[in-house]
Amino acid sequence: MKTLKEIACGQTVKVKKLTGEGPVKRRIMDMGITKDVLVFVRKTAPLGDPIEVTVRGYELSLRKSDAETIEVE
Amino acid sequence: MSIKIALAGNPNCGKTTLFNMLTGSNQFVGNWPGVTVEKKEGRLKGHKDVIIIDLPGIYSLSPYTLEEVVTRNYLINESPDVIIDIVDGTNIERNLYLSTQLLELGIPVVMAVNMIDLVEKAGDKIHIDKLSGKLGCETVAVSALKGTGIREAVEKAIVAAQAKAVQTHVHTFTRNVETEIKAVEEKLGDNVERRQKRFFAIKLLEKDNKIAEGIKYPPNVSFEIKALEEAFDDDAESVITNERYVYISSVIGECVTKCRKEKLTASDKIDRIVTNRWLALPIFAAVMFMVYYFSMTTVGVWASDWANNGLFGEGWYLFGIWVPGIPVLLENMLNAVGCIEWLKSLIVDGIVAGVGSVLGFVPQMLVLFIFLGFLETCGYMARVAFIMDRIFRKFGLSGKSFIPMLIGTGCGVPGVMASRTIENDRDRKMTIMTTTFIPCGAKMPIIALISAAMFHNAGWVAPVAYFIGVAAIVLSGIVLKKTRMFAGDPAPFVMELPPYRMPTVGNVFRSMWERGCSFVKKAGTIILLASIVIWAGSHFGMGKDGFGFAMEMELEDSALGMVGKAIGWIFAPLGFGSIKTTIATMMGLAAKEEVVGVFGVLDFQSMSGPAAFSFMVFNLLCAPCFAAIGAIRREMNNAKWFWFAIGYQTGFAYFVSLCIYQLGGLFAGFGFGFGALAALFLCIVFLYLLFRPYKENSPLRLDRKRIAKAK
Repeated sequence: MKTLKEIACGQTVKVKKLTGEGPVKRRIMDMGITKDVLVFVRKTAPLGDPIEVTVRGYELSLRKSDAETIEVE
Repeated sequence: MSIKIALAGNPNCGKTTLFNMLTGSNQFVGNWPGVTVEKKEGRLKGHKDVIIIDLPGIYSLSPYTLEEVVTRNYLINESPDVIIDIVDGTNIERNLYLSTQLLELGIPVVMAVNMIDLVEKAGDKIHIDKLSGKLGCETVAVSALKGTGIREAVEKAIVAAQAKAVQTHVHTFTRNVETEIKAVEEKLGDNVERRQKRFFAIKLLEKDNKIAEGIKYPPNVSFEIKALEEAFDDDAESVITNERYVYISSVIGECVTKCRKEKLTASDKIDRIVTNRWLALPIFAAVMFMVYYFSMTTVGVWASDWANNGLFGEGWYLFGIWVPGIPVLLENMLNAVGCIEWLKSLIVDGIVAGVGSVLGFVPQMLVLFIFLGFLETCGYMARVAFIMDRIFRKFGLSGKSFIPMLIGTGCGVPGVMASRTIENDRDRKMTIMTTTFIPCGAKMPIIALISAAMFHNAGWVAPVAYFIGVAAIVLSGIVLKKTRMFAGDPAPFVMELPPYRMPTVGNVFRSMWERGCSFVKKAGTIILLASIVIWAGSHFGMGKDGFGFAMEMELEDSALGMVGKAIGWIFAPLGFGSIKTTIATMMGLAAKEEVVGVFGVLDFQSMSGPAAFSFMVFNLLCAPCFAAIGAIRREMNNAKWFWFAIGYQTGFAYFVSLCIYQLGGLFAGFGFGFGALAALFLCIVFLYLLFRPYKENSPLRLDRKRIAKAK
C-alpha cells in the first residue's frame, strides 16, 4: 500500500485509509481528507517539505510525516 | 430584550469583513477570558439591542485547538439566540462540514453563503433554496465585498431569534450510526437540554472527554462506541467525520452546479510563481526586504524621526513655519502658570520624555502594521509558513516566526505583536519568548559604544552581536522545545492555503488601527509608570542634607544608585559589578539606549575585554525594555507564561555572560576560580538540555483549568 508521501507531484490518488491517530488524524479528516476522496498532489515546498495538495476544491498543505499516515491508491 | 447573534465560520470565509460591515465602529475588541484568542463584540448598526459576537474562525467543533474549544464553550454555555453561519461559496464543500456541526446545537442557524459574486464569476451556480431545504435552515446568498444580501441575512436572523425556534437537524447519517446516536440520546436522559441532545450524543460517541466533563452524570457509552467501531472497522471519531463528508457530498451533488471547465484561476497562476521551487525563496527574501525597508528605514524612519525630534523634541517645520515640540510647549506652559520645579521636571523629563520615546515608534509601527495586514489578508502569510516550515520547526518555531524576528531587528515591540499571525499556540509562545534576542535598533548604541571603547571600533563586534542573537534563538528553541512547558503532541501542520485575494483598503487599515491602538494603550501605560519610577529614582537620594529631592542629583547618590550598590554583587560574577554598570543595566529596562547615556567611553578603561563583552551581551539578551516586556505580557496574556518568558530570557543572558566572562577570563589568564568552575558546570548542563532526546509523542496536556475558564 502506498502512502500520500510517496506520490509524485501532478498525480491524483484516492484515499483508502488513515492510519494516524488522535488530534493529527482528526485534523486531517476535519480538513476533508477522508476515505474515498480524491487528492491531487500539487507541489512540494522549495525546501522539500511540506507538500501542497488539492482536496475538495481547495489547497491544503501538510507535512510529509503526516502524509505518511494517509494510505492511497 | 437584546438579541445575541453569533457569527461562526471557517477561517478566510470573510467573517471579519462581514462583522465590520454589520457593526461599523461599534466594536469592542478583547480577549476570551484566560486565553490569547481574540474576542470581538459589537452592536448592529441601527439596532442598539442586537449584539453581534465574532467567534474565532474554525474548521470543526473538535476539542483540539484553543479556538475550537472557545467557540464550543461559548455556543453551549452562553446559548446565543441565533448563529449566522458564514460559508465561503467558493469552497463550499469543506465549509459545510462545520455547518453540519453547528446545526446540531439546537440554536437557530441562518446560513450566509458568502463570495457569491466570485462563485458566479467562475461560472458555477449554488441553488440557495435547494440548499436551504436540504440543510433545514434559512439560507441567504451574500457578497461581503459588494454588500449584497447582508441586510437580508441579518433580518432573517433577527426573525429566527425572536421566534425562539429550536433548530432541528434535517441531515441524517447511515442507519447504523443513527441507531447508536439514538441509543446514546436515550442514555443521556435529562442530563442535558433536549435540543442539545444530539450534539452531546455525537460528541460522546466521538470520545470527546471535554464534553463528558460538562455533563453531570455522563453515561457510559462504550457499548455503542464498540458497536460502531466493529460495524465500520474504524475508530468512532473517524466514522462520524466520514459520515458528515458523505452527507455533504450528497448535498453538493444536488445543490451546486459546477462549471466543467478546468482552467487555471488567477490565484493558481500567482501561486505557480510565488511558491515555485526556484523562485519561492528569492521572492520571499524580496518581500521581507521590502517590508523591512519601508517600515524600518524609509517611511517608518521619516515618520519616527519626526515624532522623536519634532513632535516630542525641539519642534519641526510645517510648510516653513516653526512648530515647537510638545515638551517645549509644555515647558513654556508650565513656566507660565508658575509650576513648582520638581513637578515640571517630573512632567517634562519624566513622563513626556519617557512616553514620547515609545510613542515615537508608533508611526513606524503603523507602516509595519499596514504591510502585515496586507500580507495576512492577501494570503501570502500562509505561503510564508509553507516555504519556511522546514527550517523553523526544528527549533520549535513556525515558518511564520520569521516575520516577528525580522521586525524585531527594528523594534522588539511590533516584533512581539506580529507573532499574532501564528495560529499555533506553542509556536506563538516560543516566538514571543525568543524574538527579543535579536538586537533591536535601540541596542545598536550599546554595541557601538562597546565596540568603540574596548575593541577599537572593530568591524566584527556588530555582526557577532547579531550572530549571538540568532544563536540564542536557535539554541533556546531546541532547549525549550524539550521542556515540560512546551511538551505535548506535535501540533499538526495541516494548513489551508487560501486563494490569493486583493484585500480591501478598509480591512487593511482597520487591522492596522486595531493593532496600533492596542499597542498605545497597553505599552503606553506601562511606560508611563516606568518613566515615573526611573525619574523618581534618579532625583531622590542622599543629598548634602540627608535623603531628599534634588534637581541635580549625582547618580551614585540617588535612590537608583543605592539600588545599584545593593544589587551590584549579582553582576560581579559576570565581570561588571560596579554601580555604574548596574545602574546602566537597570536603566536599560526603561529603554535600551539609556544604557549608553549613563557613562561615556572613559568609564570602560578599568574594564577588561571579557567583562565589557559580557556586559554588552547581557544587555542584548536579558529582559527587553519595559515597552517590549509589556508587549510580551499582552501577547502571552497569562501571568505564568509571562514570568516564565522574562525569567528565561534573563537567566539565559546571565548564563551566556557568565560563560563569556569566566571562560574568556581563562584565556586572558585570570586564573581558574570558582566562577570558571560554575560556568563550566552550567555549560555541561546546557549541552545536556540541548542534546537530550526529544519525546515526540508525549500526551497532549492542554491546560484544563484554562480551557474551562475560556467560556
